[in-house]
Amino acid sequence: MTDLREALIPTVCEITDVRSDTPDVKTFRVLTLDGKKPFIHKPGQCAMLSMPGVGEALFSITSSPTNTEYVEFSIKKCGCVTEWIHGAEVGQQITVRGPYGNGFPVETEFKGKDMLFIAGGIGLAPVRSVINYVRDNRANYGKVDIVYGSRSKEDLVHYQEIINEWMTDPSINVHLTIDREQENWDGHVGFVPNFVKEVAEKFDEEKKAKTTAVLCGPPIMIKFTLQGLSEIGFSKEQIYTTLELRMKCAIGKCGRCNVGSKYVCKDGPVFRMDQLDALPDEY
Amino acid sequence: MKKVLLANSSALFNAIKENATLYIPVDLEKGRVAYKKYADGMVMSDALKTDRSAKDFFFPQTENLMEFKVDGKNIEVIDTRSENEDFVVFGVRACDVRSLEVLDKVFLAEPVDTYYKNRREHGVIVSMACSRPTETCFCGTFGIDAANPQGDIECYKTADAFYLDAKTEKGKALLEKIAPVLEDADDTAVNEQKAEIKKILDKLPLKDLSAEKFGKDKTDEFFNSPEWKNLSESCLGCGTCTFVCPTCQCYDIKDFKTNTGVQRYRCWDSCMYSDFTKMSAGQPRLTQLERFRQRFMHKLVYFPTNNDGMFSCVGCGRCVSKCPISMNIVKVMKTLGGKE
Repeated sequence: MTDLREALIPTVCEITDVRSDTPDVKTFRVLTLDGKKPFIHKPGQCAMLSMPGVGEALFSITSSPTNTEYVEFSIKKCGCVTEWIHGAEVGQQITVRGPYGNGFPVETEFKGKDMLFIAGGIGLAPVRSVINYVRDNRANYGKVDIVYGSRSKEDLVHYQEIINEWMTDPSINVHLTIDREQENWDGHVGFVPNFVKEVAEKFDEEKKAKTTAVLCGPPIMIKFTLQGLSEIGFSKEQIYTTLELRMKCAIGKCGRCNVGSKYVCKDGPVFRMDQLDALPDEY
Repeated sequence: MKKVLLANSSALFNAIKENATLYIPVDLEKGRVAYKKYADGMVMSDALKTDRSAKDFFFPQTENLMEFKVDGKNIEVIDTRSENEDFVVFGVRACDVRSLEVLDKVFLAEPVDTYYKNRREHGVIVSMACSRPTETCFCGTFGIDAANPQGDIECYKTADAFYLDAKTEKGKALLEKIAPVLEDADDTAVNEQKAEIKKILDKLPLKDLSAEKFGKDKTDEFFNSPEWKNLSESCLGCGTCTFVCPTCQCYDIKDFKTNTGVQRYRCWDSCMYSDFTKMSAGQPRLTQLERFRQRFMHKLVYFPTNNDGMFSCVGCGRCVSKCPISMNIVKVMKTLGGKE
């Protein structure tokens, strides 16, 4: 764990595994130089990764804290730092500091609830951490539904894990969708918000009332999914999401990731929808 | 209360210099005023304000945070900090003294910013009462008293002497160290000056500017005000207001490749800049209106919300005199409802 007294100074770690998930998403395993997890985190927390000379950026931690061996980051190539990381090979050292942020309330508000996980594209990265945490502490949670969608079959992140582990787990229901028809796909086709509504509409009133939804994806998906969930009777207190804004320090001091008086880096990134609603619409 | 005759001011400065690096405000060419490291014979400026505040001593415009050596796939992190030296900043006005309390709320909150904290621990603030507050001053709006400037040592400059009064343990320790140049004094002259200052404060054009309508949890009242449009319309986004502001603390962290490795430095940044919040995924504050609103909402609402009502404006008036389009926090406060 980063010594908070020297919060801006990172620890040197090593990339020990690289997996290509989609044409523009790779998943990286990161360990300290003596082979340990760089920190103990909560699902939904983030960490700062950097390559000196290229830059530093914040990423959600996609592995579950229940994984005792390593931490993983699923990273989409979309800027300078991510482009460099995508070029990195096993054995490459990288600096790490964190974990930062509040994380999902898996040990409090989520306990005993039926869980509805909703993700779009790379939005699965933070949600996967909670899903695997729930799977590893299965007795503490009710029924689990996962609705996940992306542009195409090739863009589904963690596809192998989804089909080999999640879909074979009888205690969870996985609902996959892609935006457009394509060959070799006999699953659902259509956008995530409508699909979520279709899935959750079938819940009886009792189940609806005891379900907590965790939502992460592009802003437009979040907007329409919320609308759909509210139409079928979900309240804002039942829905959690995680935000992403530009950050430099990740410790509430550099001044750029605020939404109103809240800093995404330390007061978030996880917000309950009713809490988020009380903040200015500037994210 | 101690005093030193102005005729002996160089003895005072030299005595301080024996103990710590001393900075005093000095008049430069073209009316500029800046803190300079004291050297024999230097004359202290009587200007009301330095162009830039004492913030620079604790949160410099740029500073090296660390260095890296990169060798193939390997990285080495080097903490390049050297031991901080003791220093004294002499002649800090009441507004700038308060600005350090504002910065403390940010940098000393957990997790503590050790770069800032080390400098705070090694720095002694000798304040200076404002014998001539001016028309751009409105520190009173935020409960600051120009006649009681606080700091580690409170200082008054009268026609013939400096009067010094320790306010903290650090201040007492310094006065003890320079005791040979100090004389005991009563507070008659200081009280006279306080009364004079009060008279001037009562006549200032901004004396009735009120911050009462702003503060904690007022986001909803002001965020969607239609006034932001007019207020921000001519803002150039130059960032001058943030750079002269003694409480603005936003920063950027960047890497710089040197001949021998990589320097990771931080430098001041400004919420008024268009790329401040820009990400590859999008931009939450697309227009200057949003960026302008962020700056003033932060000073008047968000900061007080997070810090028990403390505003992050100290009424120094630097933005009032420096903004190229004459827009400033006073106009914002008056327009949004803090009218006189």
